[in-house]
Amino acid sequence: MAYEHSEEPVALKILVAGGFGVGKTTLVGAISEIRPLRTEEVLSDRGIGVDDTDGVETKTTTTVAMDFGRITIREGLVVYLFGTPGQERFWFMWDELSYGALGAVVLADTRRLTDCFPSIDYFEQRGTPFIVAVNCFDGAERHEAEDVRIALDLDPEVPVIMCDVRRRASAKVVLVTLVEHALRTLTPAAG
Amino acid sequence: MTVHGEQWLDEEAGPVVRPYALIRGRTRSSADDLDLIAMVTATGAPYTGEAGLGPEEHRILGLCDQPMSVADIASELDLPLGVVRVLLGDLHDQGMISVRAPAQRGPRPNERILKEVINGLRAL
Repeated sequence: MAYEHSEEPVALKILVAGGFGVGKTTLVGAISEIRPLRTEEVLSDRGIGVDDTDGVETKTTTTVAMDFGRITIREGLVVYLFGTPGQERFWFMWDELSYGALGAVVLADTRRLTDCFPSIDYFEQRGTPFIVAVNCFDGAERHEAEDVRIALDLDPEVPVIMCDVRRRASAKVVLVTLVEHALRTLTPAAG
Repeated sequence: MTVHGEQWLDEEAGPVVRPYALIRGRTRSSADDLDLIAMVTATGAPYTGEAGLGPEEHRILGLCDQPMSVADIASELDLPLGVVRVLLGDLHDQGMISVRAPAQRGPRPNERILKEVINGLRAL
């Protein structure tokens, strides 16, 4: 065995969810070495005519490939990021991905806030710890985090943060916020 | 998405050998429930089957000289996950790989690990 560490190596999963074109790929790429992970080929032409690109002017294609990134914390402790296709027809993948996941980042775009409703519903139902990260796009109206919380009808303990996923520092804050939240749900404050 | 007049065999057309031909049309295997972050390691056991190992199986064995996650293997091979699972299932049935479920499968990771992750992410 290559592992010098006395313990079993630990691999953790973080999901990055959200609507089409919201910046999932950018987020995974900003913080980790990103690589595509292909899922079933049979799905590859189902997106035609289905993806709703209103308000996402610069994105003209979508892929079935999942974004997959890896962050090595230390030898024997690795965090895997999976950018999950946001459309509901991919939920068969979500079931697999969310099992045993440390938590999820739901990326939101204030121009199309309703796009992240399915992700939020999903993680609420599964009891997966999640945060909402509002990606501040150029040209998008800036909303306060509290406005977003109200619009999404989120529980008070769910963190809502503003971010710019193109920036590594911002992507780091997003992930740290999620893991801190997961830690809190693991060890609820007394009382 | 094919545009009229475009060449057929560009990347959009996919590989000349369709992935499902590699696995002889099967879509199910003993590795169906393999977690994406389960670690696969080659055992070094000899092949005893009849059909012979394909280049993809050889590549998997080479990659798994060191423990490697299912997702990493699929990404390295640039093959769809379902295909890789079938190949891994075959190799597993042959005893040529061992698979270890992620240590944290099921219940969520413990406090100490999460704190380590937080510190590690901050230090990136």
